[in-house]
Formats: sequence, C-alpha cells, structure tokens
Amino acid sequence: MSAPLEINPYVKNIQQLQSQKLARRSEQIQEDIRRGSITSFKEVIDVSSGNPHSGGLRPLTFVRQVLAACFYPELLDSDGLKADVKQRAEKLLKTCVGGSVGCYTNTAGIPEVIHGITEFISRRDGGVPCDPQNIFISSGSQWCLSNILKVLVNTKSSLPCAVLSPVPCYPTTLMSLRAQGGLHVPYRLTEEGGWVLKGAELQRALQSAQGVSNPVALYVVNPGNPAGLVQSRASIQEVIRFVYENRLFLLADEVYQDCVYGENSCFVSYKQVLMEMGPPYSHSVELASFHSASKGVIGECGLRGGYVELVNVDQAVMDYIYKMFSLDSCASVSGQMVLDLMTNPPQPGEPSYPLYCQEKEEIRRTLVHNALKATEAMNLLLGFSCQPVEGGAFMFPRVDLPQRAIQRAQEAELPADMFYCMRLLEEAGLMVIPGCDYQQEEGTYHIRICIMVHEEVLDELLRRLRTFHNKFMKEFS
Amino acid sequence: RLPILHVRGETKMSQQAANGDRCRAKVLTVETMNPNVKRVEYAVRGPIVQRAVQLEKELKQGAKKPFTEVIKANIGDAHAMGQKPITFFRQVLALCAYPALLEEEKFPEDAKQRARRILAACGGHSIGAYSASQGIECIRQDVSRYIEKRDGGIPSNPDNIYLSTGASDAIVTMLKLLVCGEGRQRTGVMISIPQYPLYSAALADLAAVQINYYLDEDKSWSLDVAELRRSLNAAREHCNPRVLCIINPGNPTGQVQSRQCIEDVIRFAKEERLFLMADEVYQDNVYAEGCKFHSFKKVLFEMGPEYSSTVEMASFHSTSKCFMGECGFRGGYMEVINMDPAVKAQLIKLVSVRLCPPVPGQALMDLVVNPPQPDEPSYTTFVKEKTAVLAALAEKASITEQAFNTMPGFTCNPVQGAMYTFPRISIPQKAIDKAKELGQVPDMFYCMKLLEEEGICLVPGSGFGQRDGTFHFRMTILPPTEKLKIVLQRIKDFHLRFTQEFS
Repeated sequence: MSAPLEINPYVKNIQQLQSQKLARRSEQIQEDIRRGSITSFKEVIDVSSGNPHSGGLRPLTFVRQVLAACFYPELLDSDGLKADVKQRAEKLLKTCVGGSVGCYTNTAGIPEVIHGITEFISRRDGGVPCDPQNIFISSGSQWCLSNILKVLVNTKSSLPCAVLSPVPCYPTTLMSLRAQGGLHVPYRLTEEGGWVLKGAELQRALQSAQGVSNPVALYVVNPGNPAGLVQSRASIQEVIRFVYENRLFLLADEVYQDCVYGENSCFVSYKQVLMEMGPPYSHSVELASFHSASKGVIGECGLRGGYVELVNVDQAVMDYIYKMFSLDSCASVSGQMVLDLMTNPPQPGEPSYPLYCQEKEEIRRTLVHNALKATEAMNLLLGFSCQPVEGGAFMFPRVDLPQRAIQRAQEAELPADMFYCMRLLEEAGLMVIPGCDYQQEEGTYHIRICIMVHEEVLDELLRRLRTFHNKFMKEFS
Repeated sequence: RLPILHVRGETKMSQQAANGDRCRAKVLTVETMNPNVKRVEYAVRGPIVQRAVQLEKELKQGAKKPFTEVIKANIGDAHAMGQKPITFFRQVLALCAYPALLEEEKFPEDAKQRARRILAACGGHSIGAYSASQGIECIRQDVSRYIEKRDGGIPSNPDNIYLSTGASDAIVTMLKLLVCGEGRQRTGVMISIPQYPLYSAALADLAAVQINYYLDEDKSWSLDVAELRRSLNAAREHCNPRVLCIINPGNPTGQVQSRQCIEDVIRFAKEERLFLMADEVYQDNVYAEGCKFHSFKKVLFEMGPEYSSTVEMASFHSTSKCFMGECGFRGGYMEVINMDPAVKAQLIKLVSVRLCPPVPGQALMDLVVNPPQPDEPSYTTFVKEKTAVLAALAEKASITEQAFNTMPGFTCNPVQGAMYTFPRISIPQKAIDKAKELGQVPDMFYCMKLLEEEGICLVPGSGFGQRDGTFHFRMTILPPTEKLKIVLQRIKDFHLRFTQEFS
C-alpha cells in the first residue's frame, strides 16, 4: 500500500546521502571487529560529523555538574559541588515551573534563559541591543531553521521558492529546505584563497534563477561548514548590501562562532555588522541568525540546544513563527539549560572559574593545534591540497584522484570521492565524508574530516590516512 | 511600522531615503509567507494561554486581581502541578550527566549499572555526543523488549523503532511522509472529533485534507465503525483517504477503547487500506473499573496473519505522560509495523534532518522501558512512587468527573484514562450572542471570562473539535487534590454567575 509512489514528493526529493551508506558499512565493520574477523584496526575512527565528545574531547565540568544537580536536585544538599554550581542549578530550577526540569516551558523558551541569551548577544556585538521577543529556542539550531523555512517557503507561489545556498554546503539545511518543498540555488565559494564568497558569484547565482525559481532568501554559514572560512567584515557588508538590493531574507548560520583559529581571523556577527551599517540596512534587512550549544568549546550536540534571533521581521509574521514553535511544545529543557551555561559561563572570582578556564583553553589549544597539524600533514600527501582553516570544525581538502581510480569508481557506480571514502573505511577503519555530499565543482573531489577531536585521535587518523593514501595512489597511478 | 530594534547612535541619511525606506515592504509578510501556516491553530498553547501568561506577569508586578495565582489547568504537565519525578530515573540521568558521580556511594548499584550501560552506548561515553538519527541502538533494543513483554511475547524488531523528540515529533514526521497528491487526490487523514490539536495543526501545515470522525458523547466517547465508514465515504468525494489516526487512551476525551473496538478499527483499516496511526502515550493512565489498555499491535497480531502481515501501522509512546510526566525531556518513540523497506528509506531521510533526538530523553525512555526489577535495590521505592502517582491520578479523575456531574449546567463523561476531563457546558443564548458580537466562539468567550475572573486557565472545546451547537472545555486532572477541589468549586460558582449574567 505505502509503495514509494505514494510518499510526499518533497520527501522523495530530499537527496540520499552517501554518508548513510558509509554509516551502515561502518556498523558492519564494527560488528566484525567485535567478532574478531577484522584485526587490522581496533576500532573505526569516525570523524564524519562535528561530534566533539565522540572524538574524545571532554564536556566542561561546570556544565555537567549543574546539569546533574538540575536532573537530581538532592545533589544540592551534598558537599561535593562547589557553591557556584549549586547557585546556578538552584537559579535554573527556579525558572522551571514546579522546580522540575520535567516540566514544559514557554514556547519560545524559559524567559530567564532567553534573557541571558540577549545579554550574551549584546555583549558579543559590542553593546547592540537585543530584544528577547526576537529569540526562539529549539531542540537544535536546525530545528529553528526548519521552523523558519516552514513560514518562508511558499509552495503556492507561481515559481518554486528558492534559497541561495553555498557550494560546498552542509547538507542538513538543504534537506530541510527540500522537505519543505523549496529549491536551492547554489552560489560557489571560491576554493582558491580559502573558500571565499564573492559578490559577483552571488549575482550570477541570482541571475541563474530568473524565470526558473523565486529566490526568497540567502543562506550563509559563517564560520563555514565544510569550508573553514571566517568572513571578513567587508565580506559580510557585501552580503548585506546584496540581500538588501535584491530583497532577500538573510539566513545566517553562525553555530561555529566559537571556533575561530586563524591568526588573522575574527568572528563578527551578521547582526553587529548590520547594525553598524545603519539605515537603510539596519532597519530593513530581515535576518535570522542561528546559534547552538552543539559546537564550540561546549560541544554538547546530544543535548539539543539551539536558538534563532530574528531581526526586522514583520510583527504579524512573528505571530505565525510563534505558532510554528508552539507545535513542538517547547525545546528540551536540558538543551535550554546548556544554552544558559554557554551564554553565561563562570566569571572570574567564582569557584568554578579556574577549572572552567583551564578546560576551555585546553580545548581551544587542541583545535588550533589540530587545524595546523592536519593542514600540514595533508598538504604533504600526493594530490591533496588544503585551504587554510580559519574556523569551524572541519578540514575539506581537495583530493586529485588518479584517472584509473575515477574509472574504477564509475564501474562501481559510485562518485569517485565516495569510492575513495569507502575504501578508506574498509581498509583503514577511518570514516570521513566524500565531498559529493556537500556539492562541489564538477570534476573536483574532496573529503570532509572533523578536527574537533582529541590530539591523539587526530594523530592516529592522520597516520591511517597517510598509510592508506600512499597505498591507494600507488594502486591507481 | 518600524521594528522593535533601534539603531544605536546617530546616522546621517537623506530624508528621501529614510521615507522611501519606511515604506519599503518586507520580503516576508503574511501575503508572501507559506499560506498553509495561516490555518494552523494549536489551542493548547493558543491565545488563552498567552493571556494567562500575561496575567501571571501582571500579578508578579503587583497588579490586583480577583485571584492570587493563575492555575494552568490547560496543559498535561504533571510536574508543573506538583507531581514528583521518579527518583530512580533522575538518579540515572544525573549519573549520565556527570559520570564522576559513579564513584559516590549515595547512588544505588542498579542506577549506576544502567548509567554505565547507557554511557557505553554513547559516542565518547558522553550524552553530549550526537547519536544515530534513529536513536541509540541498545535503547531501541530495550524498547523492543519492553514492547514484546507488554504484548505477551509478540516479536518487536529494534529496526522498526525510531526514537524521537517526544511523540509529537514522530507523529508529525509520519504525517509529513504520507501526505501527497494534488486536488482530489490529496491525502485525507481521519482524525477523531474531539482530538488533540497537534493533529489538526499538522494537517493544516501540510495542506492535507482533514477527515473528521465523531466520537459518541452519549456513549462515553466511544468509537463506532459505522461513523468511521460514514465519514470515510463522504471524504472519498473530495480527497484520497489514506491514514486513520486514533488516540487511545483518548485526549481530550479520556476514553479507553475496548478490545472489540480496536479490532473493529483494525478491520476497517485493512478493508479501506488505511495507514493506522495509534497514539498510545497515555497507555499507563487507565483508571476506570473494567477498562484496560490494549495495544493496537497486540490486537493486530492476535487477529492472525491475514491482518498482522498486511495492516501498516505506527504506534507512538512518550516520556511526557503515564507515571513519569517528564515533558521537558522530550523523550518518545514510534514503532512501525509492516512498512515497506522503500518507504523506510524515505523515512530515515526525514528523521536525519532532525540530526538526533535529545540524548537525555533517549536515556529516560530507556529507563521507562527498563525499570528496576524485583531483585534490584531500587525496586521497592520505584514501585511505591509509581503506584502513588497512578493512584493519585485515578482519585483525581474520579473526583473531577463526579464534581462536574453534580454541577448544574455540566455533564461529564467518565474519565476512563489519560489526564483530562472534557465536560459539556450549557451556555445561555445571550452569551452565545455576546460572543458572536465580540467575534469569539462561545466556549472561548466562556473560558476567557473564567480566566479573567477566577485565574483558571482551561482550553475551550472548540480547540479540539466538537459537534456543532455543543460546547466543552478541557481541564487537566493534575492539580494537587486540595487545589483541584477548590478549582472545581470556583468553576461551579463562576458557571452560576455566568448563567445568571446571561439569562
């Protein structure tokens, strides 16, 4: 009865990712390792997603102590927790109805947590005010994004609704867009020079949509994913002028704002730049900016906490956006707590501050170290070329595959970089994602590797990659 | 109209540019947005609740009102009304959150063992790692085992289990998957009237065709297949009916379907080739004598292979209700039965857009399906707490139903299960006219007045659907017993005043 024909066409239109095949294969391999039928490596190193704890980075002690006390308030009576941990847990529990994290919260999120977020945003943006009515918390930034897309994507318009999105691009956003019946119009980031966003390319992309689709929004990721670029102020201004002139809603995915390593790089938010540009931009450009507790030093992907700040959005539309969020009831309370701990960390003088600083610094040092080491190591591999990684959680090296490998891939009916990745998984127990899942220039191949991992994990993965790659190149040259 | 934010500092700008800009239309307006969104209403968090929140703010700021607190009897949130969490669950969750606690003696061994097992299944042994989109495998296995045990040994395959962010997430995902077609071929989805408005909201959002089948108020809100048939046949004229949704135990109506009724529904679904969605989140909330929860899956399989190998079904469960009441954790799952593998391949794409359900919610679901056993240290306390919660709910269900049935102007069906009463109220014609004047439906008018005068927040029956000319409201049975009695008295007094005012 439920034959494939009778499924929502938007869902059918969501691209099938190669990474899913790799994930299934990885499960089989892990099973084989458990049974002893694979002995060439002890475990699969999975750097296919931005999953810091999975890669060996540790959660922040303060965050987990507060969370534990919120889950089980009896801990507040024990001596084991520092005073500021107890104070924060008590404060958070008071914000929950009935003092329990098991209660539903207000639709947009716990008001005190939202308030903390607005102060964080304001501090980050050099004092630019932030209105709590413009914040919605959800179980992850992608959930916020999909609620905004629900309102934005009009499937009854004469031309299909479209969103300009980068190439390469994080696929979940595009999947979410397609699930909603929207299209994406790709604009290419220029690989040379570190995946630069060029105004002329935005123009070209917009032009290409003429008569084909109705672009309603522009999606940017800064810092990038998988591309490791961190946009300059000038670049952000260029984007803002572009969306203003071409009447596009601006979707700014800024979840990696806490991951910036480039020596000359600095994160500045779209909101801050927008406000600095003054009228007409500052009071007309409609902006949705997304942030999350999944990335950055806090790295709590599994707790599902994210938010969107909406700027200059029509008030009547805000009411409908509220309705969309209300269907989810509310974001998970643990996610909301973690957002509070991210935006409102321990302060100097507080008992948990020294350890918090130490842990944070260690993670930052690791990321900077990993970015440098991985770039150096991969640039030494034949056919590899890595753009400098200024921020984000990933390396996205280009791999020039030998013609024979490309042919073999064609015979196997796989994209060439997927063929490479499958072999890498099977022979070296290393799971990375092929560039085809992120879109790339025709005839180029890339792989995406998460570098938000423990240094030892990075060393091991580089070792395995080097060994595998040399062997692969020998086999196919 | 200028937006809320103001630009810091002075900026120079030409007058013309300033004026031109103030008139500049926005990109995203009510006219340009997704038109489906306009029809979405979710009464449980709708205007009356927003007003209640506003009143709470005003009270906090010292405003004088005829009441000192707003009682939010609109939402099925047990902890908000003072119900205590299950100790064992919170212990394990704390251990998972901060594993250093595993060294502490104060935590019982069975809690530690469960925490260790859950952490071992998490990336990097952390609940902060993403899990697979379908949910942590060993938890799905535990869910399967629970279902098998609950259903007398009928096998459950962990591959058919999808953990979700509350049951709502899974329900919306399934509807999204199934709704297709254009014009007269547009998917029709059968939902009960009254129903939990997540369904009607999701259908509006998806531009699916909503097919109403009426529960029989005169027969304790029971379901009659003849009514299913009537509604389906009428719907075939203008859409392609493909899905039948049923909530058991019911929300807002609280009826617990008889086994016979469930069989009839399954038979009907098979005959009419409908995908069955069985919302069973209240499966432990059964109070009335002679009522028993029968899982749709169990009945399906007991009907024999003719049904069990053909009827396509999804059943939903959650950590928000039953005896746990852990709404804030957003834990849930669905089990799909007889789903075509090609359809499953599409389902996993949709599910992966969410990345993964919150891991604490997944862990909590694991504990719900894998609670302390008789030979474990936490067992006695666990059973005591669980029994106390369910007993309190049963008592309150009874008090509420009886109270409404002795009040003039109310009739209330037995609260056989779930967490709500849905009494029918008589509203005088003058009040109906007044409501019309104000552009409100009569039961919204009634409930708004009740909120403003007594600080009691309920959800009008119009938010759930009801037969034309009838009026209801949904009130939870969750407030602590003493408070509940006071609330009931105040509603009685209000109703008398209201009736007199509009006589």
